[in-house]
Amino acid sequence: MKWYQRVYDWFELRLQLEGPVKEAAMHPVPRKTASWWYVFGSASFVLLILQVVTGILLGLVYSPSAAHAWDSLQVLNHELPLGWFLRAMHGWGSNFMVAVVLIHMAQVFLFGAHKYPREMTWVLGVFMLLCTLGMAFTGQVLRFDQDAYWGLGIGASIMGRVPFIGGELVHFMLGGPIINGATLTRFFALHVFVIPGTLLALTGVHLWLVIKLGINEWPMPGRIVRRETYMQEYHELTHKDGLAFFPLAIWKDLFFSAAILLAVAACAAVFGPFGPKGIPDPTIINTVPKPDFFFLWLYTVLSFLPADMETPFLLIVPPIAVAILVAIPFVSGIGEKSWWRRPVAVFSVLFIAICFGAFTQLGTYTPWSPQMHAWSGAPVPVELLSKRSPLERQGAVVFQQKQCRNCHQLGGLGGQRGPALDKVAGHMTEDQLYRQVLQGGGNMPAYGAALSPAETTALVKYLETLKPNYQPQAVDASRQVVAQVAGPSATQASASNPAQK
Amino acid sequence: MDEHVYAPEPVTQPDPQEISRRTFLMNVGIALNAVVGLAIATPVVAYLLGPVLKHKEYLDWVALGNASDFPVGETTLVNYKNPFSNSWDGDTAMVPAYVRRTGENDFTVFAINCAHLGCPVKWFKESQLFMCPCHGGAYYADGSRASGPPERGLFTYDLKVDGGKLLINAGQMPTLQNRAGLKPCPGRDEKAQPAIVAQIESAPRVDA
Repeated sequence: MKWYQRVYDWFELRLQLEGPVKEAAMHPVPRKTASWWYVFGSASFVLLILQVVTGILLGLVYSPSAAHAWDSLQVLNHELPLGWFLRAMHGWGSNFMVAVVLIHMAQVFLFGAHKYPREMTWVLGVFMLLCTLGMAFTGQVLRFDQDAYWGLGIGASIMGRVPFIGGELVHFMLGGPIINGATLTRFFALHVFVIPGTLLALTGVHLWLVIKLGINEWPMPGRIVRRETYMQEYHELTHKDGLAFFPLAIWKDLFFSAAILLAVAACAAVFGPFGPKGIPDPTIINTVPKPDFFFLWLYTVLSFLPADMETPFLLIVPPIAVAILVAIPFVSGIGEKSWWRRPVAVFSVLFIAICFGAFTQLGTYTPWSPQMHAWSGAPVPVELLSKRSPLERQGAVVFQQKQCRNCHQLGGLGGQRGPALDKVAGHMTEDQLYRQVLQGGGNMPAYGAALSPAETTALVKYLETLKPNYQPQAVDASRQVVAQVAGPSATQASASNPAQK
Repeated sequence: MDEHVYAPEPVTQPDPQEISRRTFLMNVGIALNAVVGLAIATPVVAYLLGPVLKHKEYLDWVALGNASDFPVGETTLVNYKNPFSNSWDGDTAMVPAYVRRTGENDFTVFAINCAHLGCPVKWFKESQLFMCPCHGGAYYADGSRASGPPERGLFTYDLKVDGGKLLINAGQMPTLQNRAGLKPCPGRDEKAQPAIVAQIESAPRVDA
């Protein structure tokens, strides 16, 4: 007997792990399930382990103190060898993890894997998703920069909308009445102990269920899940035409996991770590807080909801969404598994994916936010200034100086909160422009108090010139009619109106 | 190396008398642990809820500077130190706010936080607007809502002028529901009507 075999036997005699490990590793899987579609679960697990390992390594240096966290990240980024790389791996790892977990979830749902008898596996998965998102949010807070600070402010403002106990919830979340050191230590405890502990425990049970109940078989149209017969059918499928997971089916998981890890490392090496952005000094208000990629969709939703819909949406929709996810396997726990026979499921996934995609895309350039520096920074195109009278050019100055540009584009530069005004004279008459500028409306503030009559006149005269030459000027048809019908007296009246040319 | 471990043998059936005694003792043991656990855990709940249980103590009067230093007719950005801070708070102990002075003794102090979701609003004196960089909320100079997603005007602090100093009652981040005593802006329910618009509307109509 070789020496290493004797060592193995010595340990095995005491641990007695061989039996359970073999049973778990070599459990049979249906032949068709050994597929490239089934690699996302194991990849999520590998990413979780990556996050744990890189997280511990970062924890050796990170200082969870509001006064020092930002500095300790600078040390990681710039002073410790490969500190930047570990931060980048952890940051990119989190992005990949959220993405792979979502793909895993969509795949599992489309393949009907949530149906009998795997309902509990799905429900655990829902809570693991919530933990993953919780990790993403708390991780963003630990990168204690301006975005983290104001992101906490957004979180507190959402909490503050809860009826009756909102104020208390805000204090509970922040660890006090404002965002400060107590907030960071609290989120540190969540990010490092509470949520990952929960996530690992849930992962253990999730995996246990996968091994005990077996991996979902490849869905075939017409193969109906029935509570009475499913277990027997699955047993036949795996034992008559199955493969041992190890070593016959695992290689695809291994290849994919390696590819994912390599992708994370490549992103980390090429794009580097995320931030930290500016120091978390709340007195620096020249900042444009933005959430991390995976919360951009929420950022978009919150800017498009009507004001009175917002609180109900924030407080009612998330619990309902979680309830729906949890209820799915109990509502549709049997029947067809194949996506060919489940059009509602397929379209639901597509709809949600498209919504998330569109909202996220909007969130990357935030057309609803005023551009705070456009008024002083964005040039007025020459063709929108040439051949104008002094009064009209004065209007262009007013347009810049009164920050109109922060919300209105000219020549493709400026804010997108309001419409671009390059062609405004083609569809708004002089009177309409006066009214809009002075009284606002349609989400535009009233500028009557901020403009002198002279400035208003100059501004409107300038706006009146903003249209391509080939387009006609917007005119008030009623004036011409009045002029024709009433004759000279009407002409006189309109001449006395200063708003009339 | 021919060690062998035998499978544990089934325990011989004890007599029913003993079962009930041992079961009773086990139940007593469980109850003991429950009582001790509860006794230890209850104070921990108080520890966890510590930040929630005290709220009035957070508030204190903070001086923003000499009242005379704020020019009449202007809105000024100021910073103050949170009245209850710890040494490890670093920069986050500081809080910005806007002081608006409209007359000799007419002050309004606005919280920096947008009433929508708490982002820092920026004052533009040229257009007399506060604009929020996050979701595009805008407020007029008096703090009333101008446009965007906020459902109310800017939050204001309670204030007083004492010994020539401008003091605010501060110490809590304003949100839509808390006990800081932060009040809604004056006239937030009325449609703000700048003076010049009122003039225009009251001007005699030009009839043919």
